[in-house]
Amino acid sequence: MVRESVVESQRPADLQAKTRLFAVLTILSNVAGNSFLTKGMQQLGGIGNSPLALIGALFHPLVAIGVALLIVWTLTHMALLSWADLSYVMPVTAMGYVVTAFAARIFLGEMVSPARWTGIVLVTAGVTLVGRTAAATAGKSQ
Amino acid sequence: MKWVLVLMVICATTVGDVLRSLGMREHGEIHDFRPGAIGSAMGMIARNGYVIVSTCAMAVSFFSFMKLVSIAPMSFAVPMSAATFIPETLLARVLLKEQVDWRRWAGVLLILVGVVFISQ
Repeated sequence: MVRESVVESQRPADLQAKTRLFAVLTILSNVAGNSFLTKGMQQLGGIGNSPLALIGALFHPLVAIGVALLIVWTLTHMALLSWADLSYVMPVTAMGYVVTAFAARIFLGEMVSPARWTGIVLVTAGVTLVGRTAAATAGKSQ
Repeated sequence: MKWVLVLMVICATTVGDVLRSLGMREHGEIHDFRPGAIGSAMGMIARNGYVIVSTCAMAVSFFSFMKLVSIAPMSFAVPMSAATFIPETLLARVLLKEQVDWRRWAGVLLILVGVVFISQ
């Protein structure tokens, strides 16, 4: 009830602009967060497998920036889900995989093979399709 | 090592998501979005056993992912983590008794084929 009244109090154009802004923020914070995290972890090199070493890695500046951006991602993603349909949010999330591949290519100098590009496109299509279904179906008859 | 970490990320995320879903259902739908009500709902959720185990599983998932990107390319690690949709959809059907329609199964199948390509 509260949610509906919040949505109704806004003009549709405002809501659409807000939704687009948060969709862009969700993708960018996720891709940038993962990029910083990867760069930082690569710089640290072989840090072993102990949980303490991994917790220590959080204090590396690039890893810390990555984690902060991933927290921003979690919050913007949750905020977006609070008013936008899951069937809208899922393709937005899925687009992140394609942007991630470009970021890996441009910022991390990764060679993305044609097979991997094919896989990324298939995963993106798959996640989009998973999102195009009703959100609440539990308990309904089969 | 790479595949052990991929497996850990997928298993821990799946356990985390399914238990969080169970925990939140036990709590029930959140209707009241006033700050005080959100605070007390958060307090109740934080004491829910499922949610506590779920949070630990999410921590395992995150640290495994951190370790994974230190030894594998990001263009491998990130799309690979989408493989969680496969066990999650199966468990949603079996454990959470959700109705999974053909589009969702088709999506899961595409992710499965995509993951095979990414692993090449």
